Amino acid sequence: MVKLNVNGKAMQVDVDPDTPILWVLRDSLGMTGTKFGCGMALCGACTVHLDGAPIRSCSTPVSAAAGKKISTIESMSAGKVGKAVQAAWVKHDVPQCGYCQSGQIMSAVALLASNPRPSDQDIDTAMSGNVCRCGTYNQIRAAIKDAAASLSA
Amino acid sequence: MTTAFKPSRRTFLKSSGLVLGFTLPAAARLAEAAAAPEFKPNAYLRVGADNRVTVVVGLSEMGQGVHTAIPMLVAEELDADWSRVRVEQAPVDAAFDNPIFHTQATGGSTSVNGHWDPMRKAGAAAREMLVAAAAQAWKVDAAECRTEKGAVIHKSGKKLTYGRLVAAAAKQPVPKEPKLKNAADFRIIGQPLKRLDTPKKINGSGKYGMDVRLPGLLTAVMARPPVPGGKAVSVNDSAAKKIKGVRQVIQIPQGVAVLADGYWAAKKGRDALEIKWDDGPHAGLSSDAISKRLTEATLKEGKVARSEGNVGTASAAKTLEAVYEAPYLAHACMEPMNATAWVKKDTVEIWAGTQSQGPNQNILSHVASVAPKKVKVNTMLLGGGFGRRFAPDFTIAATLLSKASGKPVKLVYSREDDMRGYFYRPASVTRFKAGLDAGGKPVALTVRVASPSIMEASGFMKLPDTGVDSFGVEGVADLPYDIANLRVDYLREEPGVQVWFWRSVGHSQNIFFSESFIDELAHAAGEDPFEFRRARLGKAPRHKGVLELAAERAGWGSPLPQGVHRGIAVAYSFGSYVAEVAEVSIGADGRPKVHRVVAAVDCGQVVNPEIVKRQVESAIAYGLTAALYGKITFKDGRVEQGNFDTYPMLRMSEMPKVEVHIVKSDSHATGMGEPGLPPLAPAVTAALFKATGKRIRRLPIDPGELKA
Repeated sequence: MVKLNVNGKAMQVDVDPDTPILWVLRDSLGMTGTKFGCGMALCGACTVHLDGAPIRSCSTPVSAAAGKKISTIESMSAGKVGKAVQAAWVKHDVPQCGYCQSGQIMSAVALLASNPRPSDQDIDTAMSGNVCRCGTYNQIRAAIKDAAASLSA
Repeated sequence: MTTAFKPSRRTFLKSSGLVLGFTLPAAARLAEAAAAPEFKPNAYLRVGADNRVTVVVGLSEMGQGVHTAIPMLVAEELDADWSRVRVEQAPVDAAFDNPIFHTQATGGSTSVNGHWDPMRKAGAAAREMLVAAAAQAWKVDAAECRTEKGAVIHKSGKKLTYGRLVAAAAKQPVPKEPKLKNAADFRIIGQPLKRLDTPKKINGSGKYGMDVRLPGLLTAVMARPPVPGGKAVSVNDSAAKKIKGVRQVIQIPQGVAVLADGYWAAKKGRDALEIKWDDGPHAGLSSDAISKRLTEATLKEGKVARSEGNVGTASAAKTLEAVYEAPYLAHACMEPMNATAWVKKDTVEIWAGTQSQGPNQNILSHVASVAPKKVKVNTMLLGGGFGRRFAPDFTIAATLLSKASGKPVKLVYSREDDMRGYFYRPASVTRFKAGLDAGGKPVALTVRVASPSIMEASGFMKLPDTGVDSFGVEGVADLPYDIANLRVDYLREEPGVQVWFWRSVGHSQNIFFSESFIDELAHAAGEDPFEFRRARLGKAPRHKGVLELAAERAGWGSPLPQGVHRGIAVAYSFGSYVAEVAEVSIGADGRPKVHRVVAAVDCGQVVNPEIVKRQVESAIAYGLTAALYGKITFKDGRVEQGNFDTYPMLRMSEMPKVEVHIVKSDSHATGMGEPGLPPLAPAVTAALFKATGKRIRRLPIDPGELKA
């Protein structure tokens, strides 16, 4: 049994400790908002927060989450930054196929939580690990700037 | 109740080359509508007593916006209140056949093109029935009534919302030829309305194939032959079966699958299999040999795709010859291929992000030996499609595994399985030979294209008697320029790799070839590449229109920052015209940097200009990824790429600024999922030629070739 805290709730799962957090979320807990893209921390679709920091859940064993807090896309509307980012995503109609967008939003929220007024360079750096095959990058950038502006207003 | 818009029953060819009868009594299913507390004039829409309008869409949403564009067509003619319009994914049913494909499927940029009339008629018929119901209630002439935002309004000012008319409207006869609006009266079509699918795509609630959950579901990960056409000759699964969570190991013709309680156990189990493979006839397959074979093929004449004038006797003072090449490409959808199947005694149910519900219904009925109508297809959201999800490999394998195991099975491809799973854009080599007059102007052009046949690979098409694969030569055989003597040949070469439709299909490489060579011809003639094209597009006004608009908006000829250069290209594909101007420099790392792309588009009447612009931007990103990085290569029969480290993706820092300008047009609406892609690569490489004097004739761009 592995003890976890996911989106503020204490949970227990019966999995091998080497199981990536991604598959614990998706297969054990039925939380499918976090996506599988590459399994090698190369695309960012699986991004979640571990104690607020963005991590690639496909390549992080669940044992690394012991005593820490996991936050996923399903909890983003409960936080001020997450809510602002989601609102900006809606305003700019960012998603196309949408499959990468959970990860994009998780990376964007982590960026704005630590850097409320990111420059273009900051956005490039923070978001370069998140692939979007539909090419929504310009809309993601615009939405991040919009969310930053709304949070500082 | 019957519908006037149900496509006729038909027998047609399906994937796998099977001839199958396919009938579904859609009208019987629709008869239920009479009892429901809602108005359901046809399969495509329902109006509830709460004024909610539900548009039922049989097409697959893979990012291209079809779950917004189709409802807009219906809502326009219905005069619906857009804020009350919802979209629902349709089941597999003949009522939802794509009018261009004659089966339920999404691809080829056909959605708006094929549904432009039928979906508007569906909305218009419902509107006329609602008006008739209101007129009856008011005892007035229907001609005295108009509709607006989900309500019928009499000239006296009396008003009834659609919700209050649902019961009476359901009793009205269905008009056979409902009157459609004039474009000038459109209130929804042409507006940059927000997508209906955005809310579920920002909070993790949207369900993709990968997200399907069922009681007792097993997850399967499959080991497949590492060489195309190979077979497992022996399997030792003892280590795999010791892994916690592994339930079964099943061998099917496609490979050896480990079925487990979840992906991680299945993947560990698959990786623990010890399999001896017989690599079969393609064990020696190599990209170098494929390249050589295709190149040599172009030395000979092939099947004639187009012939005008006489290229043999044209009086040429000089000749210009060039050989272009493009590699195999994987689609690399963000969501790896997957499907969930549940085979019971005489039924099959699948849940998948698929572009081909109709073909799947027939194929899987044969796979599981059940009647086609016993195959239920649940279309999930698609995490990218790009043509890859038209293929039935993952649904077939999932169905076989469910049948063999007796359980519901979700087959998941790892990223590497997906990348190495074939269904690639074909590799292709094209040789151009132009005859030039003394002034360097082209007077004759010979083009020879060597590539595998997508038609033959598709399983549902055959190479025609001409021997020319239309996908192999599209973008070359339809060259729009005035060159009096022109001949285009197709040479079919089959190295043995399963090829498939890839965003914009043959245009994806052929427009790179043809537009690049046009740039070479302009250079040889000493003319500006924009002016050279413009002067030779006399018979192609829509090409010329977008070319001129793109050049104007990009400021063609105006000064650029130091080191930045422009290239231009134009293309026709899938009924639409797109020209692009790329602004490119060589970065400090020696790699091309694309700063801005200005596109001009003519896709006829526009349903949603914002979605059109986003699709062009998306196609530019997809095309730029391929131009900079995309290649699938073979060594010893094996695919050398596996994940995004070896098959890189364009990242945010590399995304150019994109401007899209749309030509105002009264023409029939055409699709935009693909046409933004073809002009991108030749526009970029033309700019690189300006920057470096080096001509890129092979994709992806090798920065080494750009060095002085």
